[in-house]
Amino acid sequence: MSEPLPVLAGVRPASSEDVAGSVLPVAPVIRPVLPWPGLRRGATITVSSMALLFTLLAPVTAAGGWAAVVGMPTVSVVAAAEAGVVVERMPLVPRPGDALGAVVDALVDGMDVVAVAGLIGLRPQEIRKVTARARQRGTVLMSVHAQDRWPGADLELRLAGGRWRGLGAGHGHLLAREVEVRASGRGAAARPRSTSALLPGPGGLVAEATVTWGRGAAAVVGPGCA
Amino acid sequence: MRLIAVWCPDFPAVAAAHAGGHDARSPVAVTDSNKIVVCTASARAHGVRRGQRLREAQTLCPDLVVVSADGERDAAAIEPVAAAVEEVVAGVEILRPGLLVLAASGPARYYGSEEAAAERLVDAVEATGVDSVQVGIADTVFAATVAAHHGLLVPPGTTPEFLAPLGIRVLDQPSEPRARWPEFLDLLSRLGIRTLGEFAALPVSDVSTRFGPQGTVAHQRARGADEHAPHRRTPPADLSVHEEFDPALERVDVAAFAAKRLGEQLHGELAGRGLVCTRLAIRATTELGAQRERIWRCAEPLTVAGMVDRVRWQLDGWLRVSGPGALGSGITVLHLEPTEVLAGTALQLDLLTNSTESDAAERAGRAMVRVQGILGADGVQLPLLGGGRTPQDAATLVPWGDARDPDPRAELPWPGRMLPPTPTTLVPGKPVAGLFADDGSPVRVVRSALNAPPATVQLTGFPRRRVLAWGPVWPLWQQFWSPEVEQVSFRLQLTCDTTGEDGELAVLLGGDGQRWWLDGIYQ
Repeated sequence: MSEPLPVLAGVRPASSEDVAGSVLPVAPVIRPVLPWPGLRRGATITVSSMALLFTLLAPVTAAGGWAAVVGMPTVSVVAAAEAGVVVERMPLVPRPGDALGAVVDALVDGMDVVAVAGLIGLRPQEIRKVTARARQRGTVLMSVHAQDRWPGADLELRLAGGRWRGLGAGHGHLLAREVEVRASGRGAAARPRSTSALLPGPGGLVAEATVTWGRGAAAVVGPGCA
Repeated sequence: MRLIAVWCPDFPAVAAAHAGGHDARSPVAVTDSNKIVVCTASARAHGVRRGQRLREAQTLCPDLVVVSADGERDAAAIEPVAAAVEEVVAGVEILRPGLLVLAASGPARYYGSEEAAAERLVDAVEATGVDSVQVGIADTVFAATVAAHHGLLVPPGTTPEFLAPLGIRVLDQPSEPRARWPEFLDLLSRLGIRTLGEFAALPVSDVSTRFGPQGTVAHQRARGADEHAPHRRTPPADLSVHEEFDPALERVDVAAFAAKRLGEQLHGELAGRGLVCTRLAIRATTELGAQRERIWRCAEPLTVAGMVDRVRWQLDGWLRVSGPGALGSGITVLHLEPTEVLAGTALQLDLLTNSTESDAAERAGRAMVRVQGILGADGVQLPLLGGGRTPQDAATLVPWGDARDPDPRAELPWPGRMLPPTPTTLVPGKPVAGLFADDGSPVRVVRSALNAPPATVQLTGFPRRRVLAWGPVWPLWQQFWSPEVEQVSFRLQLTCDTTGEDGELAVLLGGDGQRWWLDGIYQ
C-alpha cells in the first residue's frame, strides 16, 4: 500500500495485502475510515444515511459500474445526481415486497453494488444465502437504514454529530453538513476509525457532477450567506 | 408519410452486364456461393430464378453469362443514378443498390402532383442509361417498394388495402439477411396464412410473443405501419465521426482502409452508448471545396461489417465515377453521421463490442430482466433526469427496457427551484407537521413570511423537537393555468435537534399558508 492515507491520530494505514483489482473506487472523503484501499468486492456494509450511500455509489457508477437500490421508494434521484451518482446506472427496485430475497439474489449476479433497505427483515438463511452469493460474485452488498444493526456485516458506517451550515434565524439556506463518519466492524475493520467530512458538501458533493439540478458551489455560497 | 420508391429491376445484374461489356438484354446472372442472387429479364424468360443453383440455371439457359456478386460494383453503378435523382428531388436515400427512396410531399408540391414527380424521376434515371426503371408511391417504405415492383401509385391512406391481397412472399426483400425469411414464411404458409391481409389481421401481441422480433417487423410491414417507429430517435449531435486526409483520398484501395477505420470507430462509439444505426449519412468534402452527401438507410441495424461496407461502397462510387457527376478532385474530409439510431437493448448481444463497460451493462441488463421476471416490467426502473421545479418533478422513472428519450426540459431554466443540496429522502403523502412559536401558537405564512419565529416542530410519529435554525419561506408557483393544482404553496427548510448521536436533523416542510407537511428529509 504505497498511497499515504490522510493523517488521523491513532489510525494505522490500511492493510498492506495486495488487493488491487478486487476493490471498487471510493471517494477520498471515505477512504480514511475504510480498512481496505477501496470498497472490497464481496463485502457487506451497513450504511446509516442516504447522503453516505450516495457518496459511496458516486465513484462506482462514475467508473462505469452498476448499483441497484432496492426497497427505497422515497429515494431522491436528484439528490443522488447532485452527489455525483450516474443515475443512468442506478436502477431502482422500489417495492420488492415479499420477493426481496429473490430480487437481491438476482441483482447480486449482475450489479457491482446492491443497496437494500430492510435486508435485516429477511430470514437468517436467506441473509446467509445472499451474503455468500455476494462474496462469491464480488458484489458489494449494502444494508441501508438508520435503525439496522447487522452483526454479520464486515463494516458498519455511521454518521455522528452532524451540524448543518448555511441556515440562520429566518435567512440563508442549507449548504453543507459537517459530520463525523465512523466505521467499525469485523476483522480488518475491528479497530474503530472516524474522520470528519462535509456530507453533503456545497452543491451536493462532487461539484462537476451536478447534472441539472445544482448550479455549482460558487452560486450557492453567495445568497446563502447574505 | 408519403414515400416514393425508385426501383431499377435486376440492378446488380444490369450493372454487372454493363461492367462486363455485355448487353443488359442478354441473359446475365449474378451469383454468390453458387446460387443465383439476381438475373436479367431475358435470363428469367429462360426459367432462371433467384435462389436457384448455378448448375441448374446453366442447364436451363446454356448461354447464361455468370458474374459473381460485388457490392462495390453495384454501389459504383448506383451513384450516377442517385445523383441524377438528386438533380430532380433533394433528400435521396439509398435502400440498396437499385432501390432509392425519397419523401413524396416536397416533389409532389413542386411538380404539381405525385404522378408528375414520378414521371420526372423516371426521365432523370433513364437519362443515365438505365433502361428499365419503375416508381412506386405509398405510405411506408415497404409498401412503396412493393408498389414500385408493380409500378403503382397507392392513394394516401389506402396502403393496408393495397398490401392485403398480396402473397406473404413479398415480405422477403433481397436487401436483408436472407437466411431467416424463407423459414419464417414457410411456417406462416403451413399455418394457412397466405396473404399479407390474413397476417395483418392477427393481433400484434400474439404475433410478437410467437414469432419474436422478426414476426413483429413482418407484421408491421403487412399492416402498412412504419417499421421500428416507436423506438426510433434522432441521435445526439456528438455521435458523428470525421477524418481529414492529407494528401487527399484519390485511390479506391486507400479509401477502403479509411472506410474500415471510420466505420469501426463509429460503430464502437454507438455500441458504447447501447445504440445501433439504421440510417447513415456519408459526407465528403473535396480539395476543390465541393461537398457531397449520401444517406444509406437500412431495414436492419448496421453491423460493423455492414457499416464499413456502405462507407466503402460510397467512396468507391464517388471516386470511380467519371463525367458530369465526378468529384473532380480527391476527398479531403470524410464525415459519418448516424441520422437515425435505435436503442440496442432489443438487439442481439454480439452487436456490442467487448469493452468491459458494455460487459457490465450487459450483465446488469440480464439481472434486471430477471428481476422483471419476478416483479413485472414496472418492478425495475431507471431514473432519467429532466426539468422541473421540485425534486419530484425533476426526475422520472422509466421501466427498464423502455425507450429513454432525453427530457428537453432539462436544459430550461427553472426559476423558483431550490438550490442544492436536495433532500435525500422525498416523503410522499404530505404527512402533517406542526410548527409552533415560543408561546405554543401555530406558525403560519402571512404575506410570504412567517408570522412568528418557529420554536418547536412536531413531525408525525416523533416527539416535539426544538428548532435550531430556519430559512426564509420559498414560494412555489406552479401551473397557474390549471384549476386542479394548488397554485401557490411554500417550502421551508429548518434544522432541529435530535436525541440520537446523529446530530442535527434537517427537513424540508411544505405548506399552503394554513398547515404544514413534511416534504423531504436531509438524511
